Amino acid sequence: MKVGVVTFPGTLDDVDAARAVRLGGHEAVSLWHGDHDLKGVDAVVLPGGFSYGDYLRCGAISRFAPVMTEVVAAAHGGLPVLGICNGFQILCESHLLPGALIRNDHMKFVCRDQRLRIENNRTPWTAAYAEGAEITIALKNGEGGYVADEATLDMLEAEGRVVARYLDLNPNGSLRDIAGVTNERGNVVGLMPHPEHAVEELTGSGTDGLGFFTSFLEQAASA
Amino acid sequence: MPVVVVDVMPKPEILDPQGKAVQGALPRLGFSGVSDVRQGKRFELTVDEVTDEVLAQVAQMAETLLSNPVIENFTVRVETEVEAAVAGAGA
Repeated sequence: MKVGVVTFPGTLDDVDAARAVRLGGHEAVSLWHGDHDLKGVDAVVLPGGFSYGDYLRCGAISRFAPVMTEVVAAAHGGLPVLGICNGFQILCESHLLPGALIRNDHMKFVCRDQRLRIENNRTPWTAAYAEGAEITIALKNGEGGYVADEATLDMLEAEGRVVARYLDLNPNGSLRDIAGVTNERGNVVGLMPHPEHAVEELTGSGTDGLGFFTSFLEQAASA
Repeated sequence: MPVVVVDVMPKPEILDPQGKAVQGALPRLGFSGVSDVRQGKRFELTVDEVTDEVLAQVAQMAETLLSNPVIENFTVRVETEVEAAVAGAGA
């Protein structure tokens, strides 16, 4: 499978994301923010960082980058899209995912190994995990507080669209401990913590994040 | 040239950590009596002329880019000359 990894001005984690894609058994294809086509990829990762310097709001300007027009259209057509951290913020700003991410409630940047529970393993990005699996991956954000109105939160819970939830402590004030959500169709996933930093024993907190990059293959194999 | 002002504020039900931090700093500086602080953004758009069409366009800009309607409200108004003069005197 070919997995596109988008680089915006200010993206930080595109190289790690591309490496995780390769370790997951796929071909990583670099996509540039100014591109008008997706180069025939089978899925797209929007990596973390500070695209456009987080000016205005995190992800607000990236949303209007030429490549996002293609990503939004393809996502509506069912293309698997994973947004990590800043990528999650971009997906919310693009209205591909409900809600928004605001400044951490404690006002400090947080960087820690974070335990999560995978609550929905029916997406192309989480199929490798058992439902309820508990994993530990890096979390690093300044504006990671997930917010949405009560009706939206209730809808997400009722439809099983909370993909991952924080365990042990709530690191950023996210409502209902939400670390990641998916869209109605289940092909678009946004996640605040960073699975691409947990794919090798040599660095990071272990390999708990690798499943996000092998799930796609498993789901395709079982289809 | 006329200036159209767009004020963007976090919705009342949305937590505003920056406003809370400012509120927390005020008593430390000896200011009392402020029970809440909300922090927003102000955009000043210089336009060629003010017409209903221009104001409608600015509202559209505010809705699509300047604010995120999920978490923020906005208002659009034309800056009056008096306001501009006061701002000038203060500068």
